[in-house]
Amino acid sequence: MSERILEIENLTVSFDGFKALNNLNFSMEKGELRTIIGPNGAGKTTFLDIITGKVKPTIGQVRFKGRNLRSLAEHQIARLGIGRKFQTPRVYLNLTPRENLELSCTRNKGVFANLLGHASVTEKHKVEELIQTIGLEAKSEIKAGLLSHGEKQWLEIGMLVAQSPDLLLVDEPVAGLTDEETELTGELLISLAETHSVIVIEHDMEFVRQIARKVTVLHEGSVLCEGSIDEVQNDRRVIEVYLGQQEDSHEEA
Amino acid sequence: MIETIPDLKDRKSKSLSIEAGIITSIALLLIFVVPGIFEALGQGFRVSLLGRFLALAIAALGIDLIWGFTGMLSLGHGVFFGLGGYAFAMYMKLQIPATETSQLPEFMNLYDVKELPLLWQPFHSFPFTVAAIVLIPALTGALLGYLVFRNRIRGVYFSILTQATTIIFFNFFNGQQKLINGTNGLTNFQTIFGATVRSPETQRVFYILTIVFLVAAYVLCRWLTSGRFGKLLVAIRDDESRLRFSGYNPTGFKVLVFAISASLAGIAGALFTPQTGIISPKSMDIAFSIEMVIWVAVGGRGSLVGAVLGTLLVNFAESLLSERFSEIWLFFQGALFLIVVMVLPDGLVGWVRSQGWEQIQKLLGKRKISTYPSLESDPEVQYERENIGD
Repeated sequence: MSERILEIENLTVSFDGFKALNNLNFSMEKGELRTIIGPNGAGKTTFLDIITGKVKPTIGQVRFKGRNLRSLAEHQIARLGIGRKFQTPRVYLNLTPRENLELSCTRNKGVFANLLGHASVTEKHKVEELIQTIGLEAKSEIKAGLLSHGEKQWLEIGMLVAQSPDLLLVDEPVAGLTDEETELTGELLISLAETHSVIVIEHDMEFVRQIARKVTVLHEGSVLCEGSIDEVQNDRRVIEVYLGQQEDSHEEA
Repeated sequence: MIETIPDLKDRKSKSLSIEAGIITSIALLLIFVVPGIFEALGQGFRVSLLGRFLALAIAALGIDLIWGFTGMLSLGHGVFFGLGGYAFAMYMKLQIPATETSQLPEFMNLYDVKELPLLWQPFHSFPFTVAAIVLIPALTGALLGYLVFRNRIRGVYFSILTQATTIIFFNFFNGQQKLINGTNGLTNFQTIFGATVRSPETQRVFYILTIVFLVAAYVLCRWLTSGRFGKLLVAIRDDESRLRFSGYNPTGFKVLVFAISASLAGIAGALFTPQTGIISPKSMDIAFSIEMVIWVAVGGRGSLVGAVLGTLLVNFAESLLSERFSEIWLFFQGALFLIVVMVLPDGLVGWVRSQGWEQIQKLLGKRKISTYPSLESDPEVQYERENIGD
């Protein structure tokens, strides 16, 4: 019925013999909001590295909209429509939020187009809307390096949206945010999921409960189980490897 | 929101025209007034020094473009400077009056060269020479840059590679006695377009040409850095791999900006050579390439005005100090670099921009002008402002 936006088959990634991902199978429908959880070292970040082309698979393949991503470089994959938000916010600190967004927004990313080009009116309007969405109207003209941690997180999500990707990969979006900011971020992601396919990687179980529809649990480089948050939480294997420890570590975080 | 856009544009174009006015008047002052002042003071030779330093400032602009804006520290720009200098020197060496029996540059007779080497042939043509001055450094830079950047070599590894390049070129040029007079370099230029190279009139033309090219180079760099391309350069400096995930391939941008920077160094070399009367492999010495970086560091990287000011300041300091205490200059230069790195990490212009202006205003008892009232009341911004320097 609905098509698959992302398919991963028998994927293994090994770094000098250490298998960060081990025979992993994963697929996702278009328009889905999927949360991936897993204890430290489960391979969550490597999972994103594989999809965005930062790391190439040792065995197996990743298909995005039916296309094998193996031969493509990071920027080509990004142009196909995959956007990524990093675990620690990565924005261009010496540019203003507006400039950060404009760079991500531009359709044409070739060298000479950017030598001569200026932001079009539609792009400017889009950037203006995004600035309002992420609540940075007052700070849109100061250097992004002066923003607070939470504002940087939001700016990076804004940059992601500006790229208009089909698939958003969001790595721990609420790490280091206050409860209020966390809830707002959750709402933002849910509203984004109406028009995009989203993968969220998260540690914070409360946040996962807020946004999750379908949860995938990673453990030692493969998928341990998949299902709704309640199903996952009641799965015996999950409790064993993850949730048992999570209660304590969550309090510390 | 829509109304503010044309408003911003107006302000922008207004400040641009002010800047253009300032630059034009400085250029006119340099051409018509400054030489007169130096001569009235009995220091006429300083005009020729100024001409040389202004030529060096063109190279400094190129360094600023790649180091200050894009974050790539090249310690090998002497190579491009030398390539441009040699190209123009070869053209001048071929300006031999038809009455001479030997139609070869005089050093070739020493090495018993009977026929003009193939490499020299095209430098009979002035258009070819001009193209060579711009394109040979640009292509060399582009090729080197492509190989380096494509393989994602960055940071200190890139700097080391550029140093290695200077060694290769230095040794190559040093070893070619028959071809380009080896370690002695090309010197003793006679005529250009029938005029004597060393005559005051010709030198004055070179002086004016240097200013014209410096202004052109400044305008080019200003244009490159102010638009979206400039924002991309800063983005490359801030977080290159982030840019990849936004769908940009940084390699192309870096190759282009490196080639432009190399080309500026080549033009600088070509203008410097007739004013000093010599180009030798010494220009490809590592020390000279590092000096270029010091000029930019002193003036303020990431600021085009800073690059030009730093070049003039350091070089005039050098000539003044080495006249009096010829041994001391190198120590002084080392100290200068240390001071700048430790006390003024953003150089002179950077200091004026960040705190100097406020401190001057404080001294004068004027209140600080705040451009964003909403920010002044924001406790978070206040906190970060107070703590960001530590």
